[in-house]
Amino acid sequence: MILPIDLIVLLLVIISAFAAITVKDLLSASLMLGAYSFLLCLLWTVMGAVDVAFTEATVGAGVSTVFCVAAIFHTTRRTKD
Amino acid sequence: MDIVSLIAAKANYWTYVILLMVGLYAMVAKNNLVKKIVGMVIFQTAVILFYVSIGYKKGGTLPIIMHGHDHGHGVESVIKAADYINPLPHVLMLTAIVVGVATLGVALALAIKVYQEYGTLEEDEIRKQIELKG
Repeated sequence: MILPIDLIVLLLVIISAFAAITVKDLLSASLMLGAYSFLLCLLWTVMGAVDVAFTEATVGAGVSTVFCVAAIFHTTRRTKD
Repeated sequence: MDIVSLIAAKANYWTYVILLMVGLYAMVAKNNLVKKIVGMVIFQTAVILFYVSIGYKKGGTLPIIMHGHDHGHGVESVIKAADYINPLPHVLMLTAIVVGVATLGVALALAIKVYQEYGTLEEDEIRKQIELKG
């Protein structure tokens, strides 16, 4: 049985979304959010939306991760949940 | 029709619902401000996933016209719109991604100002300090 690639990518997207809101460290959460954005970029490529894919790769996975890391650098990594 | 193929046939929409619920849960129930912002980003990308899934066609190709350059050879190929994935939701979602990143930047800037004022990012500690002041 050959698993289709879009189902695998959808499963990885759900796993990384759960990981981004459950880890106890804000730097890990923002890096998991970057991994989530990159998996979404793979998903847009599979679904044929290549323009959305490279906008997501540059703006979503690149710039928003830099924003999150810069904000955590100015505040704190500590979190209770 | 068993349950696995029933879910796999609409897997995009199931994922959309799950991501929407994950983002809403993080925005409502999490205590940390940055975790709430992460939930907001997940919520926005779930809506983008819904719109891209609307435009998807099984067996359709990318929305770029095939044989676009053979006008000089006298062979006019017919363009069938049913062969292409619908590009209109993609164009709308390009704007939505950029607006989402702008919203993320404003929200993180407000979180930094809250941290400079109260010295913490936890919502209950901020609320406790406001009650002590007022």
